[in-house]
Amino acid sequence: MAKVKMTVNGRQVGSDCEDRTLLVHFLRENLALTGTHVGCDTTQCGACVVHMDGRSVKSCTILAAQAAGSTILTIEGLAANGELHPVQAAFKANHGLQCGFCTPGMVMTAVDMIRRHGANLDEATVRSELDGNICRCTGYHNIVKSILAAAAEMAGAQQAAE
Amino acid sequence: MGVEGIGASVARKEDKRFLTGKGRYTDDMSVPGMKYAFFVRSPYAHARIKSIDMSAAKDMPGVIGILEGKQLQADAIGNIICGWMIHSKDGSPMKMGAWRPLAHETVRYVGDAVAIVVADSLGEARDAAEAVVVDYEVLPAVTEAVKALEAGQPQLHPEAPNNLIFDWQLGDGVAADTAIAEAAHVTEITLRNNRLAPNPMEPRATLGIYDSAEDHYTCYTTSQNPHVARLVMSAFYNVAPENKLRVIAPDVGGGFGSKIYIYPEEIVCLWASKKTGVPVKWTCDRTEAFLTDAHGRDHVSTVKMAFDKDNRITGLKVDTIANLGAYMSLFSSAVPTYLYATLLSGQYAIPAIHANVRTVYTNTVPVDAYRGAGRPEATYLLERTMETAARELGVSPAELRRKNFVRTFPYQTPVIMNYDAGDYEASLEAAMASADWNGFAARKAEAAGRGKKRGIGMSCYIEACGIAPSAAVGSLGAGVGLWESAEVRVNAVGTIEVMTGSHSHGQGHETTFAQLVADRLGIPIDNVNIVHGDTDKVQMGMGTYGSRSGAVGMSAVVKALDKVEAKAKKIAAHLMEADESDIVIENGELKVAGTDKALPWFQVALAAYTAHNLPAGMEPGLKEGAFYDPSNFTFPAGCYICEVEVDPETGVTEIVQFVAADDFGNIINPMIVEGQVHGGIAQGIGQALLENVQYDPQNGQLITASYMDYAMPRADDLPSFKLSHQNTPCPSNPLGIKGCGEAGAIGSPPALINAITDAIGNNNLTMPATPQKVWAALNAAN
Repeated sequence: MAKVKMTVNGRQVGSDCEDRTLLVHFLRENLALTGTHVGCDTTQCGACVVHMDGRSVKSCTILAAQAAGSTILTIEGLAANGELHPVQAAFKANHGLQCGFCTPGMVMTAVDMIRRHGANLDEATVRSELDGNICRCTGYHNIVKSILAAAAEMAGAQQAAE
Repeated sequence: MGVEGIGASVARKEDKRFLTGKGRYTDDMSVPGMKYAFFVRSPYAHARIKSIDMSAAKDMPGVIGILEGKQLQADAIGNIICGWMIHSKDGSPMKMGAWRPLAHETVRYVGDAVAIVVADSLGEARDAAEAVVVDYEVLPAVTEAVKALEAGQPQLHPEAPNNLIFDWQLGDGVAADTAIAEAAHVTEITLRNNRLAPNPMEPRATLGIYDSAEDHYTCYTTSQNPHVARLVMSAFYNVAPENKLRVIAPDVGGGFGSKIYIYPEEIVCLWASKKTGVPVKWTCDRTEAFLTDAHGRDHVSTVKMAFDKDNRITGLKVDTIANLGAYMSLFSSAVPTYLYATLLSGQYAIPAIHANVRTVYTNTVPVDAYRGAGRPEATYLLERTMETAARELGVSPAELRRKNFVRTFPYQTPVIMNYDAGDYEASLEAAMASADWNGFAARKAEAAGRGKKRGIGMSCYIEACGIAPSAAVGSLGAGVGLWESAEVRVNAVGTIEVMTGSHSHGQGHETTFAQLVADRLGIPIDNVNIVHGDTDKVQMGMGTYGSRSGAVGMSAVVKALDKVEAKAKKIAAHLMEADESDIVIENGELKVAGTDKALPWFQVALAAYTAHNLPAGMEPGLKEGAFYDPSNFTFPAGCYICEVEVDPETGVTEIVQFVAADDFGNIINPMIVEGQVHGGIAQGIGQALLENVQYDPQNGQLITASYMDYAMPRADDLPSFKLSHQNTPCPSNPLGIKGCGEAGAIGSPPALINAITDAIGNNNLTMPATPQKVWAALNAAN
């Protein structure tokens, strides 16, 4: 048992947890941030993806202790000032979710994907990048569409700002 | 159609909570004093329990209680049952072996629950479970249905000699035999419909809460039908009477059939909550889900299809062996019978059909309905047979289908179903145009130039949805009616809550049901809330499966709305001193037709509740309920075309295009309907190309028990899909809806396999068509 401190969604947090506690369980059980989900036991499904120091990680594959001192962004922290993030908005506009269970991981993966590829994303790249995220509802068709739409939207917004 | 009414692709009302991490799934629930459960499960496929020693485990840190099957039996908790009675052709009832929620004498599959450990933390529960010592006498196991029927095989249940559950038939065997004997051509094929794990992304979970002060139970659970869960747990499992049991299925992360059933864990956690005095939460891990969620499919069939000299089908004879696993799950008996053999006419006029179905116990997890449930098995069988026949007869697969289509409606098949409406030619034409069927030869030649084998295949499916007319299913053995209920509550300010017995676990009911209300009353969907999934809020319902929510669930809302509107019109007529028959409801107003007199909807609602000036004798309030029992099944149908390229070096199949042309009747929200089709096709492609549940036939261990061993379709396994609709409204329900939830999974597997076998020139290929199998089949053909 040790006290683990980190910054989650802009807030300093600290909580006692067993050494074996995974980051996903720390978020869900200790911090009651239940938006991050557990869909498998083998780092395959990606429902648990969060950002750690700006990069997407599977929070089921990192011990809470390993994340000590880091900055974590979860799905709950993505929308700013009550406005959906462009990726969230694109998933809604393009019906990129059905049951919603894989959605937090999909969205967090997509945000990181767009950060790295920007407007250069194409369908093949999106599909390849989604290899670590499983969805059983959508057949990925509208997830791919949502991510491409968000990438275009965000590139456009960036261009307009420049 | 208004911007939010029927036919509009409205973005979903429920999305914001899912997109911001505010969804509330069962595992997200937490109540004061809640503790965690872990189940001790059998590591053997078949064994006798000699003893269970909990002494070491009981003293482990954090342990609150460990309970076993003998205690459950002493408390008279009932066995898990199958709710659909099937009789064998000799008249004898199906042979239902005992399924105890916690096994205490014999375990019959790997994962069979033996004991429950309740502890302060999940880690402590898991640790203690490992310290429970169960002494097993291991017995030989059998996992394959065909083998389980053979002499000398391990016997699962004393009630079922040779592991045979029932030997059932449908149709006219003599007529089918005669047609085959007199045929100009007979196509024969043996097919295996591979066993699948449904795999909703949310693993099953349950939270059982016993309140000793009220002697009342609350069960949060991942269910597609919480009311059915309450009914079964009260009436059959003796957990608690209905008035003392509340079942809540909050946000549920997909179901695909696997969350219809009431599993041992729900029953045991409720009981354990009472025994231990604490709320008990159990959440399945993924391997546990592979081991214990009901699987789907697992048929082996032989088919004979007879043709006359003009290539018209004259008869069909099918012999199927279906694996039902170790115990009979809730609807397991209906899947390979009334959801399967009744669809064996497909889209074709076939004068004589006979199906014989034997169901079999094996040492595997129970098999029950999985997306499509029986109808994918029927469609795969028929559409592979049609394609095979076309190749044997030397005619185009489209022409053979065209020649045999049912073209006049209603059409009575020889296997119970009465098709009410459809236009199969329209879907075929649309799919062929969309796929540029006529340009295939050029594409094939171009691919050959690149060293690739290109193939094209089609599938024309029909399914029976809108499940189902209660009297009809009752006469066929169903233990329940399959109507649906709705209640429309108009608040005093005119906003509306609709209570529905349907349950949304991804289908978007909170949007589509609200669209229906918006369409009828001309009020914004924001003013309409859809309430579902809680037995305290919704009185009764039959839940969501079998593509029934639109056709049956929404039809119940229509009936309730009819009553609400009738009363509102009476009030409006009274207030405006007009004739009731002159009142129309438009754009959120009740108007006197042909005048400028109108009252806003909210004002009429308010008048109903102030009750200061109502027609003489009218009760105050504006709230109406309805039960809708369908008069027929609905019959969605369509044509799917798949085009593939096979790499002859590696056997890898690439899907280069996938076209779906569907007839779903009227559509409420095209965007949501298309999403259902996308997801269904992905599951069908998964079955055809990737997925397979594999048990070790020697010892019954599940080999494919994680996402590293069971190949789920991923984004880069699939193409984007080309969809279109050719809708003929369903005549049997008020909205003309047929249902769309399962079509994709039903129509797609044969289209894909027909494409691959076309590409490689060898029809001898089983699902899933892995690169190894495709490569071997290709090389066997050459």
